Amino acid sequence: MATSETTPDVSAEGVSQDAPSAGTAPDETAHDVPRDMTKRDGSAGRPRRFTGTGRWPVGDGTAIGLGTVTIFLSAVVLIPLGAVIWKSAEQGPGGFWDAITTPDAWAALKLTVIASLFVALVNLVMGTLIAWVLVRDSFPGKGVVDLLIDLPFALPTIVAGLVLLTLYGTDSPVGITLAYTRIGVVVALLFVTLPFVVRTVQPVLLELDKEMEQAAASLGAGNWTIFRRIILPNLVPAMLAGTALAFTRAVAEFGSTVLISGNVPFKTQVAAVHLFGQIESDNTAAAAAISTALLTLSLLVLLAIDLLRRWGARRG
Amino acid sequence: MAIEIRGVNKSFGDAAVLRDVSVDVTSGSLTALLGPSGGGKSTLLRVIAGLERPDSGQVVISGRDATRLPPQRRDVGFVFQHYAAFKHMTVFENVAFGLRIRKRPKDEIKKRVGELLDLVHLDQFAERYPAQLSGGQRQRMALARALAVDPEVLLLDEPFGALDAQVRKELRAWLRRLHDEVHVTTVFVTHDQEEAIEVADTIVLLADGVVQQQGAPAEIYDNPASPFVMRFLGPVTEIDGRLIRPHDVEIRTEPGEGTSPAVITRVVRLGFEVRVEFTVRGAEGEQAAWAQLTRETVERIAIEEGAEVHVRPRPAIKHSIQIA
Ligand SMILES: Nc1ncnc2c1ncn2[C@@H]1O[C@H](COP(=O)(O)OP(=O)(O)OP(=O)(O)O)[C@@H](O)[C@H]1O
Ligand SMILES: [Mg+2]
Repeated sequence: MATSETTPDVSAEGVSQDAPSAGTAPDETAHDVPRDMTKRDGSAGRPRRFTGTGRWPVGDGTAIGLGTVTIFLSAVVLIPLGAVIWKSAEQGPGGFWDAITTPDAWAALKLTVIASLFVALVNLVMGTLIAWVLVRDSFPGKGVVDLLIDLPFALPTIVAGLVLLTLYGTDSPVGITLAYTRIGVVVALLFVTLPFVVRTVQPVLLELDKEMEQAAASLGAGNWTIFRRIILPNLVPAMLAGTALAFTRAVAEFGSTVLISGNVPFKTQVAAVHLFGQIESDNTAAAAAISTALLTLSLLVLLAIDLLRRWGARRG
Repeated sequence: MAIEIRGVNKSFGDAAVLRDVSVDVTSGSLTALLGPSGGGKSTLLRVIAGLERPDSGQVVISGRDATRLPPQRRDVGFVFQHYAAFKHMTVFENVAFGLRIRKRPKDEIKKRVGELLDLVHLDQFAERYPAQLSGGQRQRMALARALAVDPEVLLLDEPFGALDAQVRKELRAWLRRLHDEVHVTTVFVTHDQEEAIEVADTIVLLADGVVQQQGAPAEIYDNPASPFVMRFLGPVTEIDGRLIRPHDVEIRTEPGEGTSPAVITRVVRLGFEVRVEFTVRGAEGEQAAWAQLTRETVERIAIEEGAEVHVRPRPAIKHSIQIA
């Protein structure tokens, strides 16, 4: 058995750049902990700073970046969102609650949430499957399919709505009438949210190290085990991110559903369309309340998925 | 024989990557698969592991025809050049993977993985993720992972390829010791002849998809089958149409049997060894060549730039090749 002096370890780099730690170095090597560990593992504690003179600490560049991002996000996202919340807060909590629990508003919100959850789950499974097929299989017309995925994204959603209405409307050329039904709403939402999971999972799958799978195979893992224990854990973050995007998009969807749903209150009217109706009838306070409800919902879902991802990452 | 490869052919499209390759690997040996880049070394290793299917030929592992077996059932440990670490698992889980697949009891897994991590000196790193390891440590983790399932044969694709020279040297010696401890039949790929000669019991030289020569390092070094093999295994120089090792060149002040006149052009002292460059005035004109001498010899016969000398291959040598 070799002793620890003969342990081949990498510790060739970094003494001068890591001056504060130099004193502790011999102790560390004795414990077989190469010093360069901190370079790869930011969490190992010691921050790396330039101690030399006349050089900019690397960290300073990010202050400008951070400032720019803050201003940009404020102008584009935070201020408008703040205005909406402000507007709905004017009525006080009671007023807010009343506005979103009127029977028609509540029905619209409920339909939106349930349909969006359903659509997000379908996307999670189907989107991953489509990404898988696009990356791992080869078949004639693959390039075309790959291109088609983005179409719902590229099309103005109202055009998508029109296409769906023509296809599944009262005199449907394919003989399927979905107009004015909740199924019609779900189909419209599925159509416009299709790209999200596919496009988040696809690049991760492309980048996935095939040799990991081969290593697992030569260790005796069958195809299903390889998928479950090697591939899936590496895809889950992307799958969750895509699902979150699909859900929030579905919650907010207007254009594609407005035509096919027929906007039957209590039946097929989604929240965004209901909101539009409130604005048209000059009920801006109610509109703001519903907006805030949608906003909160989306934020909660994003937060939940992020927590799930962190939890998954910690478990490894 | 632990591995017998019989007449294996493999092409990618119309590029023939392995051509009628036959190799024998003795049980318990440490064999180097040596050759230039693109010579087909990785492909041959992947054929043995079942990660690539040969177009024709046979792969026999421990007396069992494995040609049609999937990688899962070959009982082969494979260490990839870029480690192929399971990024989402800790070092412990990486090493335990094969044992978990085999549904071994929990405490047995714990014990076995502990032993292996000791063996590769990673016992303190069990709970780390691969991203938190250095290259050499990741390499050793991959090795422990492959060893965990007690494979019949261990295949290593350029195990030290991605590491810097210093670490390479250390790991090389360590691999030799490890092999002496574990005794598993091992084939490792390298394109570094020094590494092959230093570590392996047997060298298989593969170039252009063809086995150029196989045998013990000293045997191949002393009896190269072709100018290519001779060139690949160490420095060579050419005198009088003969390819010889520079340390087999004799430089004299007086002419003798079989000598050619030469003029010293450069003397480079590299510590104990001296590199002497000269121009030979042979029958077919002038030709540059060089010799590797000891400092003592250089001092004894007073070699310096511009001196007129006489050179010949040392009369006793066996390993020279007539090329002209
Ligand atoms: N999957 C593949 N598809 C097409 N060509 C391939 C494939 N794998 C290898 N080749 C080709 O086969 C030849 C041999 O490749 P191989 O990887 O076996 O070489 P090598 O000896 O391992 O080289 P290196 O030392 O650079 O790793 C190369 O010309 C390579 O381009
Ligand atoms: Mg290779």
